[in-house]
Amino acid sequence: MIDPIFILEAVVNGILLGGVLALLALGLNLIFGVIDIVWIAYVDLVALCMYAVYFLVALYGWPLWLAGVGSIGVGALLGVLVHLLIITPILSSPPINQLLATGGLLFFIQSVATLLWSTDHRSLRVDLPTIELGGIFISFTRLLAFGLSILAMTALYLFLKRTYTGTAIRAVSQDREAIALMGARPQRLYLVTSAVGGAMAGVAGALLIIQYAVHPYFGGAFGPLTFMICVLGGLGNMVGAFFAAFIMAQIISVGGVMVSTEMGYVIAFVVFIVLMFVRPGGIFAKRG
Amino acid sequence: MTALRVVGLVALAAIVLVPFLPLGAAQEYIWHVIIQIFLWSLVGNAWSLMGRFGLVSLGHGAFLGVGAYATVLFWNFFGMTPWLGATLAVLLTVAFALVVAYPCSRFQVVGHYFGLVTLAVGEVIRLLIVAERDWTGGSLGVSLKTVSTASDWWTLQFADKRVFYYVGMAAWLFGLWVWWRVDRSMARSAMEAIGEDETAAASVGIRVTRFKMGITALSAALTALGGALLALYLAYANPDTLSGIGVSLRIVFAVVLGGMYSLLGPFVGTALTIALSEYLRIYFGIKLIGIAETIYGLLLIIFIIFLPAGIYGSIADALRRRLTRSPAVVART
Repeated sequence: MIDPIFILEAVVNGILLGGVLALLALGLNLIFGVIDIVWIAYVDLVALCMYAVYFLVALYGWPLWLAGVGSIGVGALLGVLVHLLIITPILSSPPINQLLATGGLLFFIQSVATLLWSTDHRSLRVDLPTIELGGIFISFTRLLAFGLSILAMTALYLFLKRTYTGTAIRAVSQDREAIALMGARPQRLYLVTSAVGGAMAGVAGALLIIQYAVHPYFGGAFGPLTFMICVLGGLGNMVGAFFAAFIMAQIISVGGVMVSTEMGYVIAFVVFIVLMFVRPGGIFAKRG
Repeated sequence: MTALRVVGLVALAAIVLVPFLPLGAAQEYIWHVIIQIFLWSLVGNAWSLMGRFGLVSLGHGAFLGVGAYATVLFWNFFGMTPWLGATLAVLLTVAFALVVAYPCSRFQVVGHYFGLVTLAVGEVIRLLIVAERDWTGGSLGVSLKTVSTASDWWTLQFADKRVFYYVGMAAWLFGLWVWWRVDRSMARSAMEAIGEDETAAASVGIRVTRFKMGITALSAALTALGGALLALYLAYANPDTLSGIGVSLRIVFAVVLGGMYSLLGPFVGTALTIALSEYLRIYFGIKLIGIAETIYGLLLIIFIIFLPAGIYGSIADALRRRLTRSPAVVART
């Protein structure tokens, strides 16, 4: 029998993991919901931002917080580049081709990273004290990352709800024909969305590099999970993705402690597959 | 079209004769590359059976993995001859594919969603292989137990690569034949209608679920056959080379590169990608690890943007247009 304290610790760690997964899923889901294209390579863009932070700190001696701000800029730039170079030419192609084009980007990013930076694992582990709370050990670094990711998500929420551009972006995701009639230019909104989605990747990259080591295949570790969270929450449904991230994180974290790390993921994926059959519109969709 | 038929027969004769050409010291290596092209083309062909009708699976690595691992494990643990082991592996894969495909079809999981569900299925299989490391060898992979005799039809282990050359070629031609039969059948029209609009297809009396399950079973069976033969040929199976997302995407890319709507498209795409990566690997050696994949990824993006019908598909279309024009027009050009 597993000591309940370990389970409790797994639950707490799951909540912390959920914060990071939610941040990853929100950026992807924004692009998904607005432009209706799955960026298979989204988490690989996050990995590039992690490399950016790593090199800014380790090579150029920037303070960590400044490198983090730099990462947001790098992410936004990458988002714009991906949109202009890859997405724009295939906006009206069949979905399979769009999926494959960003899949090609995934191979490209992973191999360029291998080529330039080798397969070494690089990390900027920030060693902050561990907090003990009633027998549970919580890493302060992860707690900090959790807090910052909640902050970033709140900022995204306010941007979408309170600003004019944010309102326009939400309008595109609801009806892309009507928005053109209302005098907004979808093309420009797509670009803004890609930049914001990219910036979210930058935030995620900065928060991930202080917890995990980055390597060229980092995207493969979190990528599939991130799509699944988006789909579970409902494509384009931000609140849904937020909760789905915490549900998946709990399954992985608690399942990992109770059975084994791999089985934690297996259970999470099986839950995803079954939920796709039962509730194809996501767990929060009304049944049609 | 007789000219094309002659070209085809000459090409086939050349392929049959390759093992007997004097290729010098590199001959074993050349055979090795061609065997891989045959087997991966078979898998690509199997994928395109579904892919061309809009059933874009990102989880064919799962079928490949089940086929390969079942064959190897049946032999290693039960001493079951691959003749029986591979047959069981194919049946097992088909059963597994149907378990996944039935709810997908019932609940109308299509498009992006189908891709993501199959992606998850592929990951589940890969992770299960890694997790069950006591008998699958985990992420280190598993080797096929070798027997003392050099060549043996009972264990399908041969010292001479040429045997596998012809086995691979036969499997590849069998895959082409299946593809061609499907292309000529009623199932093709039915599946195309389903791919266009499922509800409309159902309303004119097409049995959507039955056709989808049939094509999935066929595709999974051929993929598992490819996986079993790859594992037997390499005498080794690894979760990263025979299962998982990387492999699944590679299969899709080779097919898209060649052209998924044409008979030889998957072969052309597979041959090109394998030849390219082998060439770059020899050319750069271990100096620039990743360069082959970089060029590969870049080519994929460019192809999907500019040549969505694939290399072979585009050339075949252009040729067909030329050939069907009236002789007078052809003479003038």
